Amino acid sequence: MLNQIGTWLTDPTHWTGPNGIPQRILEHLIYSGISLLISALIAIPLGIMVGHSGRAKWTVSLANSLRAVPSLGLLFAVALWLGPKIASSLAYVIPSVIVLILLAVPPILSGTYAGIQGVDPAARDAAKGMGMRGGEVLRKVEIPCALPLMLSGFRSATLQVIATATIAASISLGGLGRYLIDGLSVSDYAEMASGAILVALLALLLDGLIALVQRFAVSPGLSGKFRNTPGNRPVVSTTARGDAATETASPTDRADEQREALV
Amino acid sequence: MKRRILLTGATAVAALALAACGANNNPTAPPAGGGGGSTGSAGGGGSITVGSADFSESQVLGEIYAGAIKAKGVSVTSKPNIGSRDVYIKALQDGSIDIVPEYTGSLLTFLKGTAPSQDPDAVYTALKSTLPADLVVLDKSTAEDKNSMVVTKDTQAKYSLKSIADLAAHQADITVAAPPEFQTRQQGLVGLKSEYSFTPANFLPLKGAAIVNALKNGQAQAANIFSTDPSIPANGFVTLEDPKLLFGSDNVVPLLRKDKVNDTITAALNAVSAKIDTATLTDLVKQVDVDKKDASAVAKDFLSKNGLG
Repeated sequence: MLNQIGTWLTDPTHWTGPNGIPQRILEHLIYSGISLLISALIAIPLGIMVGHSGRAKWTVSLANSLRAVPSLGLLFAVALWLGPKIASSLAYVIPSVIVLILLAVPPILSGTYAGIQGVDPAARDAAKGMGMRGGEVLRKVEIPCALPLMLSGFRSATLQVIATATIAASISLGGLGRYLIDGLSVSDYAEMASGAILVALLALLLDGLIALVQRFAVSPGLSGKFRNTPGNRPVVSTTARGDAATETASPTDRADEQREALV
Repeated sequence: MKRRILLTGATAVAALALAACGANNNPTAPPAGGGGGSTGSAGGGGSITVGSADFSESQVLGEIYAGAIKAKGVSVTSKPNIGSRDVYIKALQDGSIDIVPEYTGSLLTFLKGTAPSQDPDAVYTALKSTLPADLVVLDKSTAEDKNSMVVTKDTQAKYSLKSIADLAAHQADITVAAPPEFQTRQQGLVGLKSEYSFTPANFLPLKGAAIVNALKNGQAQAANIFSTDPSIPANGFVTLEDPKLLFGSDNVVPLLRKDKVNDTITAALNAVSAKIDTATLTDLVKQVDVDKKDASAVAKDFLSKNGLG
């Protein structure tokens, strides 16, 4: 079996054309990228607002409860509903993007909300004391302090979206899921296994990339790399960091389940 | 009273037999159309497993085969909705299933790459000599269900289409919806290109009702739909002629493992094949797809009407 997978992955004909691996990876990244971008545009402002004002916390609970919606079922339902309304392949793209957005919003929203809410009140007070106005406090203190949690939310959303974008293939779209569905229909297990491996590799690669971004984008004062004043303590409270850990665990589990359900 | 005791005994034995072969059954597999699943009555020979492909016609045929054999006192399990031909032929050869409803021309094309003629008997004879040594077909029925290329009435009028060959001139504007395996098969994009020089602008790999919806809603302009599919008359779709006989002749025929063939099973299945014609088959599919009846209930009804179960 390993041999067959090796042969499949190294076959030059699988690396060119509309069915080729580069094209499928590109499609996969496009669906995932659009979904993540829209999710970030929804979840980050909302998370900042809720975290900053402490109002409308129910939106976070609501988004989290939406995690329970089965992606594949929702995908078919939306596709069935939208099919008669749009006579182009957008009738398949939109449902896929909606399903992925629903998966990506909760981790980004929770991360942003928890990050902003967890900012040490002393830091906020200090900023105000220095004469910063509301917007400045947000931009120069709250967001930088919340950045580790925001990025970890975004990271788990990315992992989940990349893993779940395979379901787009079940409604005729491209992406790496094609290898799973097409491989299954002609019982080509090498193709299916190769597709699954490519999805996993892509997810890990992007996860690593965001980890790097996290390393460079987060203020040295927060990451603990830069501690020349002994009394300097991290501004993000430990409880907020704890939240981040639990946030990352559950979506990954769910992505696994969805992959299993697909295979 | 005696009958009652016999029946109870038979059920008990069947239950034991089923428990024994439990390892072979996938516990997560859906029951046969929601009820007719793992039923059986013990009597003659070993247990028989009837499989079927992932579309409703095959599932009804599978349930009919299972019911007819069961009526002869053989213990039967059904494993409906296995998948495409590539998958269930493998299952047949590794012994996971023993019988599956098949189509002469499609199976021949699958095994050999081409089907030589449209004459049903010639196809049947060619199929018999092409089958692998461990598989065998029984009598074919007169019922035909071919693969076909179908377009909407509007598309047909717009390009004045008559045959599949006419699609080639408009291929830049045509998206084809079909099952994923259509992409790599001779009776699929491969054959459409070699026989009709038709390569669609786009291909939508979909399944079952989604194919019909794609054609109806305009995401696709042509689709691969079975000729008995009730969605064709229901939506006023037009089936394109196939002058090169790419989709040839396709009679319903039971395909079995050779080591499972015996007189009881042969007699039961040949009696079924004798009773099924194209009109009957079309009606059976309609009962499942349009009237939303359970495949096993439709099969039971057919068997009792024809004195086979």
